[in-house]
Amino acid sequence: MTNDVPDVFVKDGVRLDGRKIDELRPLKIEIGTLKRADGSCYLEMGNNKIMAAVYGPREMHPRHRQDPMRGVVRYRYNMAPFSVDDRKRPGPDRRSIEVSKVSRQALDPVIITEYYPRAVIDVFVEVLQADAGTRTASLNAASVALADAGIPMKGLVSSCAVGKVDDTLVLDLMKEEDNYGQADMPIAMVPSTGKITLLQMDGHMTREEFKDAIGMAISGCKQIHEMQRNALVEAAKEVTGDE
Amino acid sequence: MKTDKDVAIPGDLLSDQVDRAGDGTYVYEGKVYAQRYGIISDRDKISVISLRGKYIPAVGDIVIGKVVDFGFFSWNVDINSPYEAFLHVSEHPSRIELGEMQKHLRVGDLIITKVIKVDPTMKIDLTLNEDSRLNVIRDGRVVEITNTKLPRLIGRNGSMINMLKKECHCGIFVAQNGRVWVYGKNDEDIDLACRAVMKVEEEAHTSGLTDRIAVFLDEGGNQ
Repeated sequence: MTNDVPDVFVKDGVRLDGRKIDELRPLKIEIGTLKRADGSCYLEMGNNKIMAAVYGPREMHPRHRQDPMRGVVRYRYNMAPFSVDDRKRPGPDRRSIEVSKVSRQALDPVIITEYYPRAVIDVFVEVLQADAGTRTASLNAASVALADAGIPMKGLVSSCAVGKVDDTLVLDLMKEEDNYGQADMPIAMVPSTGKITLLQMDGHMTREEFKDAIGMAISGCKQIHEMQRNALVEAAKEVTGDE
Repeated sequence: MKTDKDVAIPGDLLSDQVDRAGDGTYVYEGKVYAQRYGIISDRDKISVISLRGKYIPAVGDIVIGKVVDFGFFSWNVDINSPYEAFLHVSEHPSRIELGEMQKHLRVGDLIITKVIKVDPTMKIDLTLNEDSRLNVIRDGRVVEITNTKLPRLIGRNGSMINMLKKECHCGIFVAQNGRVWVYGKNDEDIDLACRAVMKVEEEAHTSGLTDRIAVFLDEGGNQ
């Protein structure tokens, strides 16, 4: 498939896929999809399809990596070979390892690991279909899966990206905007405490644009948090047979 | 702010009465927040009852363990927790010499045991002494359910568990780690009781459960 660089990304406030500049892609959240996992979440953000599974707390092997004071969080982000147009070779590559590391660092501060010395909480995230913003979609799925597993946390982590195309800041980049745009800034925050736990940038932004971008991203994260919250509440109601 | 019986997710603001913070909550800057995903219980303490979660041992808990290994003078016991527990030979009622361990407790044996020590790194020690309930299980069956559903299995003032015991003519011992020992005179009774226990687990959070279980037992477990 040939990808021609679009001439115009934003015309009259409308983007290539019809969205406004501060509009998120549709989000779908399913909870408890994997029966064998302690917690799980299937999530779609735009055309991204993500499967997150949480196992733990459980005994940590190898023993020398145990922390006697608190639990350890492990995060494995992986893209399935069929998730992208050009088959991705199976197995961790440098990018996956980087995404895994920054994602783990985004979740570590919220998980109350003091309750589980010597144990590990394993988070596995598989990207089944990729369409820009997989690391942010993955974090959203992982947060919900962690809640589903009953892991104690200070709050949920919500994540989205802000980018720049045609000198305009846009929320939640799609593939063309990500590949051919001027900047891409994924961000993750904990809406209940207001703290940012992931912040990366690729591209160029002025200081003013950066400030505006943070504001736009925070607003996006809060919207995502509402949707994560609604999904969890609905799932609990189904179990309790209410309403 | 949330009220009793509402669903809470981690980070939800529950109250500003810091002295009433209970299980499943944390306090930050003078306010009480949920730290678990579950149902809010607003009694004298505000707490969040988690829908899922692993069994974490506490001193004094009576649990049903399964012997999985043994080393020098102690057995390794699986207690359905992220943490494995240890039963030292000195905590066994008989006097045991080295090399005789297998005569008293073998790998695969199920025991009713008590947690006597939990150290800060979560090393767990068990005992079989000093409590007549503690023993090796030699008959009946052990069923494992999610430990968060145990309160429902017991019921208010024991209503559910007493009904099960009576209708099935079985003894039912509920351990705190989600394992339930069912024993009785004949296999059909034990089987019916076990199926009722599993049904309670599946439908734990629905209303009218006690009546539905009564009907289930009346019909001999046919549905």
